[in-house]
Amino acid sequence: MSLRRLFIKRTMAIATTVALSGSLMLSAAPSHAADTIKVGVLHSLSGTMAISETVLKDVTLMAIEDINSKGGVLGKKLEAVVVDPASNWPLFAEKARQLLTQDKVAVVFGCWTSVSRKSVLPVFEELNGLLFYPVQYEGEELSKNVFYTGAAPNQQAIPAVEYLMSKEGGAAKRWVLLGTDYVYPRTTNKILRAFLKSKGVADKDIDEKYTPFGHSDYQTIVADIKKFAAGGKTAVVSTINGDSNVPFYKELGNQGLKATDVPVVAFSVGEEELRGVDTKPLVGHLAAWNYFMSLKNPVNSEWEKQWAAYAKKQKLPNADKPLTNDPMEAAWIGIHMWKQAVEKAKSTDTDKVVAAMAGQTFKAPSGITSTMDAKNHHLHKSVFIAEVKGDGQFNVVWKTPGPVKAMPWSPYIPENKGKKDEPDLVAKK
Amino acid sequence: MFWDSLKLPLLMRAILIQLLFALLMLAPPVFAVNSETVQKLAFGESDDKVAAVASLVAEGDERAAAVLQALADGELQTAGKRVLIIKGDTALDAITGQKVVPVPTELEDVTANNRLRRELATALAALKLVSLDRSTRLAAAKELGGGAEEAMLPLIKKALASEKDPDIKPMLEVIRATLELKSEDKATRIAAIRTLSLSNNSNAKTLLLSVLEKNNDGSYLEPDEEIRIEAQKSLRSVEGRLAWGDRLGVLFSGISLGSILLLAALGLAITYGLMGVINMAHGELIMIGAYTTYLIQNLFRARIPGVFDWYLLCAVPASFLAAALVGIALERTVIRFLYGRPLETLLATWGISLFLIQTVRTIFGAQNVQVENPAWMSGGMEILTNVVLPYSRIVIIAFAALVLVLVWLLLTRTRLGLFVRGVTQNRAMASCVGVRTPRVDMLAFGLGSGIAGLAGCALSQIGNVGPDLGQSYIVDSFMVVVLGGVGQLAGTVYAGLGLGLLNKVLEGWSGAVLAKIAILVFIIIFIQKRPQGLFALKGRVTE
Repeated sequence: MSLRRLFIKRTMAIATTVALSGSLMLSAAPSHAADTIKVGVLHSLSGTMAISETVLKDVTLMAIEDINSKGGVLGKKLEAVVVDPASNWPLFAEKARQLLTQDKVAVVFGCWTSVSRKSVLPVFEELNGLLFYPVQYEGEELSKNVFYTGAAPNQQAIPAVEYLMSKEGGAAKRWVLLGTDYVYPRTTNKILRAFLKSKGVADKDIDEKYTPFGHSDYQTIVADIKKFAAGGKTAVVSTINGDSNVPFYKELGNQGLKATDVPVVAFSVGEEELRGVDTKPLVGHLAAWNYFMSLKNPVNSEWEKQWAAYAKKQKLPNADKPLTNDPMEAAWIGIHMWKQAVEKAKSTDTDKVVAAMAGQTFKAPSGITSTMDAKNHHLHKSVFIAEVKGDGQFNVVWKTPGPVKAMPWSPYIPENKGKKDEPDLVAKK
Repeated sequence: MFWDSLKLPLLMRAILIQLLFALLMLAPPVFAVNSETVQKLAFGESDDKVAAVASLVAEGDERAAAVLQALADGELQTAGKRVLIIKGDTALDAITGQKVVPVPTELEDVTANNRLRRELATALAALKLVSLDRSTRLAAAKELGGGAEEAMLPLIKKALASEKDPDIKPMLEVIRATLELKSEDKATRIAAIRTLSLSNNSNAKTLLLSVLEKNNDGSYLEPDEEIRIEAQKSLRSVEGRLAWGDRLGVLFSGISLGSILLLAALGLAITYGLMGVINMAHGELIMIGAYTTYLIQNLFRARIPGVFDWYLLCAVPASFLAAALVGIALERTVIRFLYGRPLETLLATWGISLFLIQTVRTIFGAQNVQVENPAWMSGGMEILTNVVLPYSRIVIIAFAALVLVLVWLLLTRTRLGLFVRGVTQNRAMASCVGVRTPRVDMLAFGLGSGIAGLAGCALSQIGNVGPDLGQSYIVDSFMVVVLGGVGQLAGTVYAGLGLGLLNKVLEGWSGAVLAKIAILVFIIIFIQKRPQGLFALKGRVTE
């Protein structure tokens, strides 16, 4: 037996190496042409995060096609280099290095989970690359080499919790903070805990729970939520990421935990994640984002049409029911702002583009003119809170009157006092 | 109590309840639905809508109730300034009740948020308490069990007076008790507290806890000691009952997880346990079963949507066959040349598993595919208010039991089973007495693979179906088989259920992440102490 086990271990190691090198070869760059600008697309196309990230790759490609059809950037066409880091965090760093050193891309659009961003960050700083990160995150980070086009906690998490505390949101007194076990949920929950305490919520009224990536058995968790809710009006803040959301919401529905009793607000669940979940038992559960597909404005309907046409043309899976969501919007804004900045800087040089990014504006599908902050590398964003409808779409029930400036350093974490609201621009060259 | 947390203007609450009451007392007079109210309901702010719900109840007209019901069902829509009730293809004007032809194309939902839905649910439930239909009354009583309002008391008393049904009556009594808890009269309060002790609703616990609440300085909020003692007593009995519910819940989820582990491991118990093939591609055979289910589902949806709910009946044999055929093909082309060489088998099957994953990824894409539950598998059975057993899990437990029984019968009661056992125990002797051992190997491997396919079919109903599906079950499967003792079906059953229960008990204590770690540590230690597993085969059968 012991010999056998040893062999299992060894062969697994060999197999992993083989698998890794195999996927490296798969993504080798296509031929170069001198009159193109290469841009990297670094999203997981397989593994647990593929459910969320695949469409980001697609929307980035659509944006590139859109820009190319309007003449490209600085008279050159954009050429996408797509790699698949396979929901494997160290592989993200490897792929990022490959994009920057071998493929020599001018900019990379990519990452979803914060752990993948943390994994590539040293690479981008070392090689002075440029990353556009399109997903809401936990803040507590500010790098000269990254532009964050998703929401910081004060543009998503804090307003959502405030809403649930209000009369309109159900005046919750007890809180279950439920997340996947990695840096984004843990940091967000740390901020939320500090925020709730500042609002007078006692520790015994906060229950923090984590599950591993890819967890699929939510029976105990949902039963525990029910038990906890017996102690007073309860709301659940979910930072579950990836495909675990599907079994989680199925379990919620099957166990009959209704939104009118215990509302669940999610920060990483949008139209795409709910595809294929029967949302009728989930009506009323909430999500907080800066964009929803159901928003009604001319820019959005134009964008949705464009996406539907693109999905159909490329024969994307699910093209019969094209959905847009917040990170897709953020990715779309990011690439267009990069294009504008490159044109303003007349160069794709990282430092020049970074300087030109400040104050860029773009007409966003969320209905506002999105502005890149002059200093802190984050977008000013409107916040929407919406309830799930029976058809899997969202119905906005609350929104901020206008765009909100991002606060990457949360004021609720005491160590953040006195931190500068801009990255160190004289970073290593 | 959410009624308290809502902080509706008191006056409005009072009006709402008075109107409800009036409605029930009088025969509903026939008014036209007030157009202003309907407009407010459709276009107003949240507070306006809540007020509009109240005044619609007041109108008491059947059409007003229909408007409320339509809003609750999401059938209330607007076209410009017009408010319509859309039922399927027909549109009714919400104000006049007239049919609108043609149905306007630009329709907007009248949206209800959680707060409004709560108002609606309670208002409608209160109206339905005196319905003639028993199930309607039962549903209404259940709804109000989640939270009724003080001013509804006369209404509930009235319903209680006429209620004869033995199931509904105690529910109403508990609801009445929750309201009378705040009464001025001490005797009434004590009676209410005693009634609450019969409740198995977690709301009762919340209420009783509120009686026992303390001020910041440690003194009780409730001055009367007698009441506090009664509340203590009731609380203990309610908590006792709820604790039983919790235990039942843990037991059920443990068995449910155990049944999944068992299903995943059962095929391996045959291919690895009986035949000794270290099949690293076992997980991928599970995945093939899940994808077959997905294909059958698509086929049903496209061709015969009328019987979509029964696609599983077809998917079960199909996934068995698909996985069994792949298994037999593997056995014929690769594994049979490697019998007796476990290390080579391991490497070869590992390679095959990567190959299968990549093949599926190429055909179906890297993203998860969606397998929809049939309607009869969603929802759950409410045993106690704090224990709901989801139908999907009950079905899977039953399915696992059925598969287990069939496999057992097959191995112990059929000729094929006899051959399989004979060949695995002593191949040379079996061959001498005329058993065609290669054929038996092939069939046995096919059987094990087919069972993996069945597991995939079951897993597709509760988890995600993607190319990596098998990877997350291969470790669990080996864990179960090795722990149970190689070569033993019974061991697999005990190990599967045992690990499921242990995992769920630990999860309740320490959370999902630590539970997983604890289980793996436990297995490592266990195998160190007892390498042969729970049930060891004795004699020359062992390697």
